[in-house]
Amino acid sequence: MGYVAVRGGAAAIENAAQFSLVRRAGGDSNLLEPAQIRDQLHFAVDRVMGEGSLYAPDLAALAFKQAAGDTLEAAFILRAYRTTLPRLGYAEPIATDAMRLIRRISAAFKDIPGGQLLGPTSDYTLRLLDFDLQAESSARTREAVAQLLKDTAPLAPLPERFPKVVEMLRREGLLAPRPASSGKEEPLVDITRQALTFPAARSAQLQSLARGETGGMLALAYSNMRGYGSVHPVIGELRVGYLPVPYKNPVSGVVETIGEILVTEAEVISRIADDGGPAVFSLGYGLCFGHNETKAIAMAVLDRAIAAPEPAAPSEDQEFVLTHVDGIESMGFCNHYKLPHYVTFQSELDRLRNIQAEETSARDPLS
Amino acid sequence: MPPPADWRDRLPTEGDRYAYGFLDEGAKREIRRKLLKAVAIPGCQVAFGSREMPIARGWGTGGLQLTLALIGPQDVLKVIDQGADDSVNAVNIKRFVKRVTDAALTTDTAAATLIQTRHRIPEEPLRPHQVLVFQVPIPEPLRLVEPSERTTRRMHAEADYSRMWLYLYEDIVKFKAITVGARYPVMVNRRHLMDPSPIPRWDVPKLNRGEALLLFCAGREKRIYAVPPHTRVEPLAFEDFAFRVEAFDGRRCERCGAATTFLDEVVDDKTGRRVYSCSDTAFCDKIRRRGDRETPSPEEKRG
Repeated sequence: MGYVAVRGGAAAIENAAQFSLVRRAGGDSNLLEPAQIRDQLHFAVDRVMGEGSLYAPDLAALAFKQAAGDTLEAAFILRAYRTTLPRLGYAEPIATDAMRLIRRISAAFKDIPGGQLLGPTSDYTLRLLDFDLQAESSARTREAVAQLLKDTAPLAPLPERFPKVVEMLRREGLLAPRPASSGKEEPLVDITRQALTFPAARSAQLQSLARGETGGMLALAYSNMRGYGSVHPVIGELRVGYLPVPYKNPVSGVVETIGEILVTEAEVISRIADDGGPAVFSLGYGLCFGHNETKAIAMAVLDRAIAAPEPAAPSEDQEFVLTHVDGIESMGFCNHYKLPHYVTFQSELDRLRNIQAEETSARDPLS
Repeated sequence: MPPPADWRDRLPTEGDRYAYGFLDEGAKREIRRKLLKAVAIPGCQVAFGSREMPIARGWGTGGLQLTLALIGPQDVLKVIDQGADDSVNAVNIKRFVKRVTDAALTTDTAAATLIQTRHRIPEEPLRPHQVLVFQVPIPEPLRLVEPSERTTRRMHAEADYSRMWLYLYEDIVKFKAITVGARYPVMVNRRHLMDPSPIPRWDVPKLNRGEALLLFCAGREKRIYAVPPHTRVEPLAFEDFAFRVEAFDGRRCERCGAATTFLDEVVDDKTGRRVYSCSDTAFCDKIRRRGDRETPSPEEKRG
């Protein structure tokens, strides 16, 4: 019989899993330790945490190892694990000006209060393959790192709070307030507990984007920047750093800091098309787990784009954007076409043959 | 040195690290509440907070969530994919449910209390104590004519299905036939247009006034809907253009000889000949075991 590829059940699944193990661990290089991934492949770990929407560096590193470096698959594993965790409560709102910064830049202003902080970035490096890394000596690299840390004079402690660049614009009355898209007071939505309905509350919009898939969001945001849209973004401020997470103890009622999370925050300014009113700027906001500047900027552009009252491009249609950015959903659905579809296909065949037969008999009434 | 055959079971991830039925109690309660609402308004899509499952979106996460929210220690579960019990994804889902519930499994339609299906309704008529759970890829029947959810919700609220009728009408004008293959739109309880999931048209009549409870769930699209027993379910059709199921032109199943089942068309590797066999493999096996290469009589089919 043909098409046995989709049958055979348990044994086939077992064998496939074993093949995957061989594929991942069958070589003669040392097996990766999750700690190595967590520390050295931190961009991958951050992507997986953000898209899996669970802040857990160790588990994200483990998922990345298990998925053999497939970020989509790793985020999916993490997201599936997240499902099993009880919802203990919600953190208090966090003011991001209290971020413990490792990087902060503004493209809108040359001098910003508190100054520009480049921090760790590869933006200004030449992307030439570094062949020295092929035979990197742990001892030498560790020594170099230690030396760097010793030689760097500690800066005067950074201020507790950096003022937000966009606050300056707000004070000048140059920022348009953002009305709720439904036009009424919006409750906070938890998208892990409620299905999206449209028009979506802003909280639901931002949550959907914050856990969206980096590549998909980049494509949509890029389409808008490139011409299929009206957002001409200027980065008012981009921050990377650690945010303290305040949580109200449900027993004592005391707000305690339960830890820190590394986040990237982007605020994008774009001029609003003036319809007779005074010309003002409007803001797009992006924030995601970990260090992922591309995603934060794309998110801010999309947040701004879907605020358009009359969508003129796919990236400005909130329903279009929000229902297509989730990597776990899109990747799952894309791959489900690998499942057998012979029943549905038989149905289609029947229709096609029927129509062709009709056409033949119509052309040749004697047959 | 190959790994031992049971290497997976030796991993320190015991089933008991997860709740009974995998989902937490809050999730199960929500799904059950939404199910009640869905049963109360037949064919109406009810939004719910679909959880991420350890199988991929589009691979049956909706059906799986219903199964896990409904299943109990007394249940006997059957899972089918395109009619077959032994296809890889059905086996995978069964293994997972078994791991987190230890429920009894069966391939016998008559023995099951809970049946999760992808794209088929079993040939054996279902009974009042049975629940059939459908995996749904696209719950919105109007998606064919309208991409926006906001708009389709309004169309359902106003029972405005004119664009669907128009679509079918234009089909007839263009092709002298309605070209919808599977996923044929049906009207439930004369009120809600419903997507019956991609079952073949062959199965659509089985939806009408059945004895079992039919539940539908789309995990990715986060919607639950239902057809309670004895509910009217009618395919959209014109007076002068009747709804037609797939034609097999009197062919019979190669394996069991049945002439009244939905058939899979398979090209034989050796001869290159097209052969046909029952899509419902469990039903096919049952007839073969009975040894009569004849179609079961209507009494037998009623069980």
